[in-house]
Amino acid sequence: MEVTFTEEHDELRETVRRFLDAKSPETAVRALMTSERGYDPGVWSQMAEQMGLQGLIVPEAHGGVGLGPVELAIVCEEMGSALLCAPFLSTAVLAPAVLLEAGSPAACAAILPELAAGRTLATVAVSEPSAPWDLTALGMQARRDGTRWRLDGVKTFVLDGHVADVLLVVAPTEAGLSVFRVDGGAAGVERTLLPTLDLTRKLARCSFTGVAADAVGAIPDCTTAIERALARTTAALAAEQAGGARRCLELSTEYAKTRLQFGRPIGSFQAIKHLCADMLVQVEFAKSAAYHAAFAASGDAEEFRAAAALAKSYCSEAFLRAAGDTIQIHGGMGFTWEHAAHLYFKRAKSSALLFGDPVRHRERLAAHLGL
Amino acid sequence: MTDDELRARTRALLMAVPPDEVDQVTFRGAQYDRGLAWVHFPEGLGGLGLAPKKQSVVNDELRQGARTSYENLLLNPIGIGMGAPTLLTYGTEEMKQRLLRRIFTGEDIWCQLFSEPGAGSDVAGLSCRAERDGDSWVVSGQKVWTTLAHVAKWGMLLARTDPEATKHQGLSYFLLDMESPGVEVRPLYQITGEAEFNEVFLNDVRIPHAYMLGAEGQGWQVAITTLMNERTALGGGSGTRGGGPISVLLDLWKARPDGGGSFGGDAVLRDRITQLYIEAELLRVTSQRARASQGTGNPGPEGSVGKLAQAELYKRIWECSLDVLGADSLVYEQGYELRRPGGGRGDREAVAKYQFLRSRANSIEGGTSEVMRNILGERVLGLPGEPRVDKDVPWKSVPRNG
Repeated sequence: MEVTFTEEHDELRETVRRFLDAKSPETAVRALMTSERGYDPGVWSQMAEQMGLQGLIVPEAHGGVGLGPVELAIVCEEMGSALLCAPFLSTAVLAPAVLLEAGSPAACAAILPELAAGRTLATVAVSEPSAPWDLTALGMQARRDGTRWRLDGVKTFVLDGHVADVLLVVAPTEAGLSVFRVDGGAAGVERTLLPTLDLTRKLARCSFTGVAADAVGAIPDCTTAIERALARTTAALAAEQAGGARRCLELSTEYAKTRLQFGRPIGSFQAIKHLCADMLVQVEFAKSAAYHAAFAASGDAEEFRAAAALAKSYCSEAFLRAAGDTIQIHGGMGFTWEHAAHLYFKRAKSSALLFGDPVRHRERLAAHLGL
Repeated sequence: MTDDELRARTRALLMAVPPDEVDQVTFRGAQYDRGLAWVHFPEGLGGLGLAPKKQSVVNDELRQGARTSYENLLLNPIGIGMGAPTLLTYGTEEMKQRLLRRIFTGEDIWCQLFSEPGAGSDVAGLSCRAERDGDSWVVSGQKVWTTLAHVAKWGMLLARTDPEATKHQGLSYFLLDMESPGVEVRPLYQITGEAEFNEVFLNDVRIPHAYMLGAEGQGWQVAITTLMNERTALGGGSGTRGGGPISVLLDLWKARPDGGGSFGGDAVLRDRITQLYIEAELLRVTSQRARASQGTGNPGPEGSVGKLAQAELYKRIWECSLDVLGADSLVYEQGYELRRPGGGRGDREAVAKYQFLRSRANSIEGGTSEVMRNILGERVLGLPGEPRVDKDVPWKSVPRNG
């Protein structure tokens, strides 16, 4: 398996980059991050209508573009670089991945076309307060109620949970883990927007009290399918992190070329130059990790999970280090609210913790390697 | 030429000259004659004018097609990795015809005579003097860190032909016949106990003018070609997943009675090993990406990414290996008696201990990690250089070590 991009890949990257340059400049990011909704519905519609990005990984049969993990990685890398504020990871990655891996044909047919068209926002509620990202320790209660189900419990760190029209809730049943569809505005659902460390990515706490829900799983125990969907999402997130790290390198290099101290650009001092050079190596490694996972996605399932864990671990740490060094290289400027460095720094730490921290992913990889 | 045609051509070579039945020189000579030595070289000089990455098609086929492998680059690393591309770029047609094939077969071992006791990272400041005398040059000076000089037939020599010029402009590049009178090679005793390197003393050594590569005063440009190829050769990582140094570390860990598979053994060490595995894997993928995007010319400064990353990573892998061995690392069975490298170094524990010491050179040889970071910063990222006190003045007036 080799990492090789085609001309079509390069064109996709260029198109997405141009779109984001126009639609997600820093001014837009700053306006959206302090808004409650957290995204621009106009830009969201254009993403769907002009480029079909929400349906990127949705099969053509369900109204999507039917592209794969490599194209998804390219798009996510560019979005990470631009710090796009939009419910993309939830609606266009996590929710479709869960439906495609675990959903019944009927559920896919009902929900995916709406997501692909950009008309409906969806997310997946996994984490619970006592055990973030731990599928073995879920306390959500699901009990049968005729042909439907009733849910009781609390989910937190739900991506875009405050605005999602469709909540896909992961809950244990006697047969194993299942996935339930709940409408965002259903009776008994209480959604609270969390005051997040990273303002550019919205998270919500969702509590469920006797909420009517429909099982959407294709089989009684969806555990393996959910794990695979989470791996696909972490691989996409790793690409987003690589894009963020790449942007930090650009900001740092540009500043080091123009900022004068002691009568010369600070980038001419080896202390700064070597920091930038090390960042370059880490950015190249982060891209390698994300691309490697993307190319592995179509291969062996266990190999892919290991590749996704590797990518999430490395890209998390590389992005955080790059963002931290970006603040350092910018000196006092990098510590101010008006400079973009803190936006990347906060995005980096929050992304590193989403879906499990680097140590947890290395633990998974170590087990895969038989260490 | 398609990959299938290249594979067919390689299989035809294996049929006509079975490596299991002939010696290395015969086989590699035939490989060269069929353009399969370095496929990105021109036809007639061991290549087929293809992209460099196509060489892996040939090598994969060779590996599968015969029990005996003559693929080992260690045979003549400097000749193959650096001498050949330099000769291809700057040599005369006659030199290419006469020397390239013998480099590839290993009949002629090559060495590189750049570094001096007073010129390490600042190799362009070197003092070794070459003075014109009729149709030849007379060379005097001392070189150091010369790998394989004791068995080499040819040396790539950088010497100062004009001390009045600025340091980069006053250099010229020569091919030196190491059997010439006045060449003296002495082993250099290093921290491992081995002498891989040599000191080379040049006392009034005569080199015919025809053996100058590039023009007089153009030596630095020629040297850059050699150095860029060196960095690529040194930064390739391991070709296969989990191969190279990291495989030794994983094996050592798995062999530990309290390690290997038993969760809860030493969680800190286990996480450290996993981090090193990740970086080794990413070095491999990054090198593969670099090869895939490389054209047919000489490598650019991007090669320094792999060189820097590999040097720093390998040091950490071997350090960690000794931590896995624990107190057993207090003993160095192979001892420090002066010896030339060669033969095996013993079991993997012995290899780890040796490499723990040897890997300290990784971030010095072929350009220190600090020089690599300067190259990445200035030539890849476009950051400004340091103010220089030695650049626009005659070499002879620059302060230097005694």
